[in-house]
Amino acid sequence: MKYIDEYRDKEIVKRIVANIKKISKKEIFLMEVCGGHTMAIHKFGIPSLLPKNIKLLSGPGCPVCVSSRKFIDQSISYSRLPDVIITTYGDLIRVPGSTSSLNKEKAKGADIRIVYSVLDALTMAQNNQDKKVVFLGIGFETTAPSSAVAIFNANKLNLKNFSLFSSHKVMPPAMKALINEGVKIDGYIAPGHVSTITGSAIYKDIAEKYHAACVVAGFEPVDLLQSIYMLVKQIETNDYKVEIEYKRVVKPEGNLKALKMLDEIFYLRDDWWRGLGILPKSGLGIREEYARFDAEKVFNVEVEETREDKGCICGEILKGLKTPKDCKLFGKACTPGDPVGACMVSNEGSCYAFYRYKS
Amino acid sequence: MCLSIPAKIKSIDGDMAVVSVGGVEYNASLQLIDDPCVGDYVLLHTGFALQKISEEDAMETLKIFKEFEELNVQMDEEEKQEGKRKI
Ligand code: SF4
Repeated sequence: MKYIDEYRDKEIVKRIVANIKKISKKEIFLMEVCGGHTMAIHKFGIPSLLPKNIKLLSGPGCPVCVSSRKFIDQSISYSRLPDVIITTYGDLIRVPGSTSSLNKEKAKGADIRIVYSVLDALTMAQNNQDKKVVFLGIGFETTAPSSAVAIFNANKLNLKNFSLFSSHKVMPPAMKALINEGVKIDGYIAPGHVSTITGSAIYKDIAEKYHAACVVAGFEPVDLLQSIYMLVKQIETNDYKVEIEYKRVVKPEGNLKALKMLDEIFYLRDDWWRGLGILPKSGLGIREEYARFDAEKVFNVEVEETREDKGCICGEILKGLKTPKDCKLFGKACTPGDPVGACMVSNEGSCYAFYRYKS
Repeated sequence: MCLSIPAKIKSIDGDMAVVSVGGVEYNASLQLIDDPCVGDYVLLHTGFALQKISEEDAMETLKIFKEFEELNVQMDEEEKQEGKRKI
């Protein structure tokens, strides 16, 4: 694969680590806010390579983890309607709702199918005109454009049996909210794939007004370490700005075509985040012009009262205030095979990553 | 799910392409990128090409490590002369 070997080169890794050790003096906290980074950091054992004064925190970057239990409960209600096919990415179906999960509903006979791409859901709608296909849209700016394209295409094809239930969210409000809440963050390992779409200017405020260093990072060991080096350098010299390490993919202006598509279909609305509560203008709702593809408008369902699990500290973990090891259920009552909270379900979740890579 | 991987465009048919990831082929929508060509490397995410991967920039980033090393050597020199380090 292109540029994988080069960015895993042991010699380069060693040299960057030496460089970091050389310039790093202050005790600092760096947070990654992308589930892909959480996974990569644990997989490659990055924390063990760093000097003790650099602490890495995981933030609210796992879309399945930050979504509300109500989203799951409402999806379950949709799945109980007649002639409905629920389509979703894999992770979601194992996430516990208040009293059930999509997986349990599937076992009871609900038509719930895992798709690799939202376009598969669209094809399914075309091939099953007597059914109503609902796609559960989850994810940040990286994934939202594909949901937007699906609605755009459904409109062009004049499909009458496809709708999206959107839990799509945007990242910067959460990054600011964490600092506002007083979580100590000196720098952000900014999300590489979100930035592929948005560009790097969305973090300008965070660097300039909130004085947190920001480096958009790639996902290989060399990318992550190089980004950490760049962050340390900003912090040690009090020179806070937005830099891009992941230049081979991320352009400062982002992907204009995808941004236009997002704007065509979605508007910004207030949304609920696990750990952070309701954040203004942090979620993507479907515009009025496309209401006939909006599951929330198309279906009217009763949703059970939300019940959260006692003992699960996912919310604190998503804010970087606690680690999975602080959870009494971790590895005992809660394992990937039998998860209590969403953070143990998704392979981008902190609890899953800790469990899997025994960090 | 946020996972995105580099893939190479094998063939293009309208808005869709066949791309290859380490020998395994997938269908990918090209609706989110401009001017895709056969042979281009793209970032693949949930069946969509999200961005072209720039060869030039990949090489550039690798080159930067060397420059940082040189900077470190230079700082060592300054340290010797001035008796203190900037960072
Ligand atoms: S280990 Fe399980 S119960 Fe504990 S915080 Fe993580 S997901 Fe929640």
